[in-house]
Amino acid sequence: MKRWLYPALLIGLLIGLWQLASSTGFLAEVLDVEEFLVPSPAEIASSLWENRSLLAENAWVTLREIVFGFACAVAIGLAFAVAMHLSETVRLAAYPLVVASQTIPILVLAPILAIWFGYGVVPKLAIIALVCFFPITIATLDGLRSVDPAAVKLMRTLDASRWQIFQRVEVPTALPSFFSGAKIAAAIAPIGAVFAEWAGSSEGLGRLILLDNGQYQVARMFASVLVLSAIAIVLYSLLALAERRVVTWR
Amino acid sequence: MNLSIAAVAHSYGDLRTIERLDLAVEPQGVVGLVGPSGCGKSTLLELICGLLEPSAGTIAVGGAESANERLAGCAYMPQRDQLLPWYSAIDNAGLALRNRGQSRAQARESAAALFERFGLAGFEASAPQDLSGGMRQRVAFLRTLVSGKPVLALDEPFAALDAITRGEMQEWLAAALRTDPRTVVLVTHDVEEALYLADRVAVLSARPARIVAELRAPHPRAADRDAAITDPAFVAVREEALRALHGGSR
Repeated sequence: MKRWLYPALLIGLLIGLWQLASSTGFLAEVLDVEEFLVPSPAEIASSLWENRSLLAENAWVTLREIVFGFACAVAIGLAFAVAMHLSETVRLAAYPLVVASQTIPILVLAPILAIWFGYGVVPKLAIIALVCFFPITIATLDGLRSVDPAAVKLMRTLDASRWQIFQRVEVPTALPSFFSGAKIAAAIAPIGAVFAEWAGSSEGLGRLILLDNGQYQVARMFASVLVLSAIAIVLYSLLALAERRVVTWR
Repeated sequence: MNLSIAAVAHSYGDLRTIERLDLAVEPQGVVGLVGPSGCGKSTLLELICGLLEPSAGTIAVGGAESANERLAGCAYMPQRDQLLPWYSAIDNAGLALRNRGQSRAQARESAAALFERFGLAGFEASAPQDLSGGMRQRVAFLRTLVSGKPVLALDEPFAALDAITRGEMQEWLAAALRTDPRTVVLVTHDVEEALYLADRVAVLSARPARIVAELRAPHPRAADRDAAITDPAFVAVREEALRALHGGSR
């Protein structure tokens, strides 16, 4: 009960304050801009309702990018983590590369990918996968390496093969870490999607935000951000739910 | 199956843990090893089980000397129970059978008979973390029994338990070994435990470990533990062992 009540009260309070500050013109005065540029929560809500079909259309595009990009990131992240765990050569060779991949500014890479692959879905998946695979790889690898050596010794005396030790000890040990990495990835995936759409696209919430920015449609920009947040929260919650179903021993 | 250790030495780099140690255990004999903490008792068990190789000397389990053959002949019970929290009690007990390729149902069927016999009936499906310390040790011991290996290497199996539970568990283990005799090497820091459970007790010196005294237990695994450990003959041998232990650590 408190888990829901407290955040709801806090959010309610913040929205109330915002409503008060913008409807009285206080915010616009402080920021020294026109009042229509500082929408109140009520105006954002009505924009959300009025533009529901436009937002839904574009959200569907962005949602698909996020889900498929995230799925790619999980596949790549797990593959990297397992390969780096099983082979020291791979770990030594690939670790710097994995870290270096996160130093590439997405803002620079996104337009380049758009030039190479066009306005289709491929550059979006690539950008989202690039920002998401890193936390999954690092967290899963840490989980795999945190296995208790005594448990491995015990399994060896119980006639376990390398594969059985991996399957019955290492994978279950690493599962909670994998979920931690995946939840971080889910929270940042929409950011990757927006950058990817800004670099070149004809549809999607990121694209809509860019257009609205040019036309001072601030209320609808906020509405788009709300929808993006909702996507991230739903994805995160689904992962948390899956974790509770799978990791029953914690 | 007999076990023979001849002129075995072991060191981790410059740290000499064991120095020219000889020990023979007849088939179905129980030998207790007591020694000051950190004297290399656990290392000796890992050497016997084939988890480590000696720097000098030979260890033979049923005549076989290679590490893999020793691994195949010995079941190891670690200090902490090392039950895997993602498996139920019965699936933990049946791990060796699963590792040898039996199906989950087959392994459960084999383990279930022992659960019945050793007072664990009704706890088959329990998660290890829901069991008491004594119960967990019982499951851990059953796991070594179910493995079907002729030699059991027990590393301070009851060290983590309170005194009352430890006494109960010693009686329980004595009964288990009376009905299901195996060749056992029992490492403990508790002289009384060693003298009650073992036929013979070897007292080890401080590191590097060597045998400073070998004593014959007067009433190995007697049904009435309280009577056995308060018997004057037992008390006399215990005193002798303690004196050897303290002399050896000076």
